[in-house]
Amino acid sequence: MPRPVQYNTNDKVKLVDMPEGHMGEGFMATSFDKVVGLARKNSLWPLPFATSCCGIEFMATMGADYDLARFGSERMGFTPRQCDMLLVAGTIAKKMAPILRQVYVQMAEPRWVVAIGACASSGGIFDSYSVLQGIDQIIPVDVYVPGCPPRPEGIIDGILKLQELVGNESLRRRHSDHYKQLLAGYGIQ
Amino acid sequence: MALTYERIIQRLQDKFNELSPGFEETYGLLSVTVPAEDNLKVMQFLYDDEELRFRFLTDLTAVHYPERTDEEICVVYHLHNLVDNVRLRLKVYVPVAKPDVFTATRIFAGANWMERETYDFFGVNFIGHPDLRRILNVDDMDYFPMRKEYTLEDPQRTDKDDEMFGR
Repeated sequence: MPRPVQYNTNDKVKLVDMPEGHMGEGFMATSFDKVVGLARKNSLWPLPFATSCCGIEFMATMGADYDLARFGSERMGFTPRQCDMLLVAGTIAKKMAPILRQVYVQMAEPRWVVAIGACASSGGIFDSYSVLQGIDQIIPVDVYVPGCPPRPEGIIDGILKLQELVGNESLRRRHSDHYKQLLAGYGIQ
Repeated sequence: MALTYERIIQRLQDKFNELSPGFEETYGLLSVTVPAEDNLKVMQFLYDDEELRFRFLTDLTAVHYPERTDEEICVVYHLHNLVDNVRLRLKVYVPVAKPDVFTATRIFAGANWMERETYDFFGVNFIGHPDLRRILNVDDMDYFPMRKEYTLEDPQRTDKDDEMFGR
């Protein structure tokens, strides 16, 4: 008897691919890394840190036309304690640097950072005594998005690149000496 | 009758003849230059005088002239008579080695932050200011960035190729 209600029959709904593994009747075996990576990369919670024009492009990215929610970043959390992905969009003045750093420190591990636009990546056109010459001087950055400002497609591409990183990240990375040294290099515990 | 620049000059000359104030009209705006130690006296007179009534401080800033010996730093006050809608520049010059100017905060409370900004960027030492510390730049900055001997570019920048980026 056909069921009266059918779910997910719309072939426009795209599901993520299953990770590689062994399947049989009622079980599937794969590595824990892959499952956790799959879950993490498709549910990144963004924390926007928008200070100037790149922030406007980021708003368009979150809006209906470009709709970042398609990639699992449905809801922006305006508290660092809930979020995994810090999106720094805009010029960071030197006076803002300790605040940005504080936001990063307040995020729980695992955390990732995307530098959106030329200013966040390198200071951009503001080669000036008052502007931080790239946020990587104070916090580690995973993905840089070029552009002044980048188009929403660019921002989405950067986030997809980050998803690749997140999906393939080893579960042990955050406990490794290499990672601890990286954070110690920035003076973060 | 509207307040004219001739009248202002005459009033100031009558009152402060011994200070020999300098008058100059550039771009349609009168500038009055007085010795640095008398800035408050002149400002108070401009404020109190029933005819002049310059009772609003529009702006306060400084200019660095490295080529002028012993008067490198110029502190500029922009005063406004709101009744007659007349504006006036008041200038004092101080040497960069000892940039001491008396604070205008007793006359204009709004001068507080403007003097902090002027201190922040030019290092002008406002004597008697209630809270003279940096306001816009980072607290641990150890120089005054708007003085001409410092470049605009960030001196700590290392990642950009000078040739490519036109340094």
